[in-house]
Amino acid sequence: MRAALTLSGNQAVLTRANPLAKFAAVFLITLVLALSIDWMSASVALICELLLFPLAGLTFTLLWQRGWPLILAAAVGGWSTSILAPDSGKVLLDVGLWSMSEGSLELGLGFLLRGLAIALPAVLLMSCTDPTDLADALAQKARLPHRFVLGTLAAMRLVGLMAEEWQTIGMARRARGVGSRGNPWQRLRATLGQSFGLLVQAIRRATRLAVTMEARGFGGASRTWARESTYSALDIWVLLGGVMIAGGAVAAALWAGTWNMVWLQGS
Amino acid sequence: MPATHDGGVRPAAVTARGWGWRHAGRTKPAVNGLDLDIRPGERVLLLGPSGAGKSTLLHALAGVLGDSTSGSGTAGDGGPPDSDDADESGSLLIDGEPPRARRGRAGLMQQDPETQVVLSRLGDDVAFGAENLSVPRDQIWARVHEALDDVGLAHLPLDHPTSALSGGQKQRLALAGILAMRPGLILLDEPTANLDPAGVLEVREAVGRCLDKTGATLVVVEHRVAVWKDLVDRIVVLQPGSATQQAVLIDGPPDQVLKQARGMLTAAGVWVPGHVPATRRRTLAGPAAAADRASAANGEQALAPGQLLLAAEGLAVSRERPRRRGFKSVPPVPVLRDVTAQVRAGEALTVTGPNGAGKSTFALTLAGLLPPVDGKVSAAVELSRGAGIDPYKWKAEQLIARIGTVFQEPEHQFVTGRVLDELQFGPKHLGHGEERVDELLERLRLTDLVDANPYTLSGGEKRRLSVATVLAAHPQVLVLDEPTFGQDANTWAELASFLSELLDAGTAVVSVTHDEEFTHVLGGTELRLGSRELSAPGQAAPGKAAP
Repeated sequence: MRAALTLSGNQAVLTRANPLAKFAAVFLITLVLALSIDWMSASVALICELLLFPLAGLTFTLLWQRGWPLILAAAVGGWSTSILAPDSGKVLLDVGLWSMSEGSLELGLGFLLRGLAIALPAVLLMSCTDPTDLADALAQKARLPHRFVLGTLAAMRLVGLMAEEWQTIGMARRARGVGSRGNPWQRLRATLGQSFGLLVQAIRRATRLAVTMEARGFGGASRTWARESTYSALDIWVLLGGVMIAGGAVAAALWAGTWNMVWLQGS
Repeated sequence: MPATHDGGVRPAAVTARGWGWRHAGRTKPAVNGLDLDIRPGERVLLLGPSGAGKSTLLHALAGVLGDSTSGSGTAGDGGPPDSDDADESGSLLIDGEPPRARRGRAGLMQQDPETQVVLSRLGDDVAFGAENLSVPRDQIWARVHEALDDVGLAHLPLDHPTSALSGGQKQRLALAGILAMRPGLILLDEPTANLDPAGVLEVREAVGRCLDKTGATLVVVEHRVAVWKDLVDRIVVLQPGSATQQAVLIDGPPDQVLKQARGMLTAAGVWVPGHVPATRRRTLAGPAAAADRASAANGEQALAPGQLLLAAEGLAVSRERPRRRGFKSVPPVPVLRDVTAQVRAGEALTVTGPNGAGKSTFALTLAGLLPPVDGKVSAAVELSRGAGIDPYKWKAEQLIARIGTVFQEPEHQFVTGRVLDELQFGPKHLGHGEERVDELLERLRLTDLVDANPYTLSGGEKRRLSVATVLAAHPQVLVLDEPTFGQDANTWAELASFLSELLDAGTAVVSVTHDEEFTHVLGGTELRLGSRELSAPGQAAPGKAAP
C-alpha cells in the first residue's frame, strides 16, 4: 500500500514539472469535460491523455494497478446509464424494465469515456507528484500558510502508519476475544470498537508528532525553505498541453455537433 | 560570548529555582520545588521512579509544555489550585531566559521512533528544524550533510524514504534533525526504550560522538543506567512532586551516586549496572508434582508437562494479506520461511534474532492471529479440544481460552474503560472463570487500580494489566511479544517470576525477546531466526532451533 504511493525510481519528465502547473493543466481538462456529456470531447481528451501518460512514467500495467477502481466505476456508470436513460432512436435491446436504444447507448458511452478521461489525469498527477514537492509549491508559490501545509503533510505520513496500526489493533482485539467474524451486526460492532482503538492511537501519535515538530522550532511566523519550488520552461509546456487538450476536445465536439452542455440537459 | 566548539555550537546553561509544574486537570504537581543548576557542556542523567516528573522537566526545557497560569510564583502554597489550567511556579531558565523564548536552543528526542520522523525523505527531515529557525538555504544543506555524517547515516541518499529506516536509524535521524538546529542543549527522553540491543548501541554511540564534537549540554532520562553511565558526568535523582519535599533527591558524579543510592535506586526499579533483580527460580520438580499443581490451580484436567500443544511445520509468514492487482490475487512475499517449532506444556520457547527477521510475525502466526503464507500451524487435540486443528480458523472466544497473546503495546489490547471491566471481559465472554479475576488482581498488584482507566496507568501497570487480562481467559499457551521492552527493573522481576510460576503450573510460554536475562530465567528452548539481510530477496532465511 505504502510502496504503491511512493515515486521511488520514477525518472519521467513530468516528475520534474512544478506540481502547481500540473494541477492547473489537470484542472482545465477536468473543467471542460465536466461541462458536456458527449463521446467526442471525452474521446479526444482520453486519446491525448493515453498518448501522454508515458511522460509521467506510467505503464498500462501500473495504470491498471493504481486506477482499476476508477476504471471499473466508469464502466459501471456507462453501462447503467445506457440501460436506464430514457430511450431515443432505435431500440437495440429490451429486457423488461431495461432497454437500450441508440440514444441511451450514446449517452452511456459518453459517460464511460468522460469518466475515464477525468479519472486518468488524476491518476497521472498522483503518479508523478511527490507530496513534499506539492506542499513546497503550495506554500512557496501559491502562498498558502506554511503551518497548515506542513501540518497536513506531516499528518499524511501518519496515514500510512495508521493502516498498519489498524491491522495490529484488529489482531490485538481478536486476542482479547473480540471477534471480527460473525453476522453483520457483530461485525459492525467489532469495527466500531476497533475504530475507537485506532482513534485513540491516532491522537496519541499525532500529539507526540506535534511535540516533535514544535521542539524543532515549528510554528514560528517565518521560516526558510531548503527546497526552492521553481517554475521552468517545462511548466509552460505542461500548461500548454492542458490548454491544447481542453481546447481540442471542445473544438472536436463543436465540429462534430455533439457538444452537449450539462445544464441544458433538462430542456 | 563564551568560546564555541566546532560547528558553531554554544553550550547552554540550565537554572531552576523552586520550579514546579502541575498539568491541567491534575490536583498534584508533576514537579515541585526543583532547584537545579546545569553548567554549559555538562552531561546529566536524570533518574527517579515513574511519576517523578522527569519527562515533564524535559518537555519544559524543550519549550513544548503548553501554556500555564504562571501566577503565584511560590511553590505549593499559591492558594487553591484551579485544576482546569496547568500551573507553573518558580523559574526554569535556559541561558537566563524562559525556554519558550529561546526557540531552537534545545532539541528534544522522544521514545517512539515513528513520531520522531516528520517528513518522508531523509534529507528533508533533517532540514526541517533548520528551516523553522530561518537558516538560509545554502547553509541548511551544509548542516544536513554534516549532521547525517555525525550520526552515521551519510551513506544513504538524501531522498531515501524515512519509512524504510529501522528503529535505531530513525532515532539517529531524529538526532541529526536536532543537530542541524545547532542546539546548545540536547534533551533525550528515553531515546532507546523501544530499540533492540543493536539499536541502543547505535544511538548511544551517535550521541557520544556528537557531544564530543559540539560540546553541547546533555540531559537524558533513561532507566537503564548502564547504557549512559560512561557517557554522563553527573546523575540527578528526582522524587515525585509534593508540597513539602525537594524535587532533587540525590545529585553527584555517577559512581558516587550509584554507590550512595544503590538500594534506593534498585527499590525504585532503576536498572543499576551489575544488578539483576531477584526472580523466582523455576522448580525442577518431577512431572507429577507439576501436574498436581496444575490440576490444583485449574480445577481442570491437567496436562502432562512436555505434552505437545502446538506445532509449526515449514511455516512461511508475512503480515501482508494477499494483494489485489486488478483482478489477480498475489500472495505476499514471506519475511521468513521454513520455520519448524514445537510448543509444549510447561516449557518455554524463546524466539530471538535480529530486527526485521520476522520474529513477531512468526509469533502472531503461531498464535492464530495471522494466516500462514505457506506451511501450517497445527494444534494438538489436548489444546484444540474440539475446535479444529488450525488456530487461525478458531472463533475469537475459542482462541482466547486456548492461546493468549500479549502484544508489545498494551494499549492495543484495551477494550474497556476500567481496569476491572478489562479483566472481566474475557471470562464474561467465555461464561466462566470470573473467580480467577481477584487472584490475578492480587497477584499482579492491580487491586488498588480496579476503577482506573487503563489508558491512564503507568507503563509498568499497563504491562501487568495486559498480561492479567489475557490470562483471565485461562489459556494453555501464552504468547508474549517483547514483554520486557522499556520496563523498569521491578516490573521486569515481577513479570519474570510470574511467568516462571505459570510454566511450573503447566502453561506453555512463547516469548519474542531480545532480553537475555529474561530468557535465562524462563529456561527452555531458544528458536533463533535468521536475519533478512543475509538471504537473497524473496528467499527468506530459515529458522533454526537451538537447545
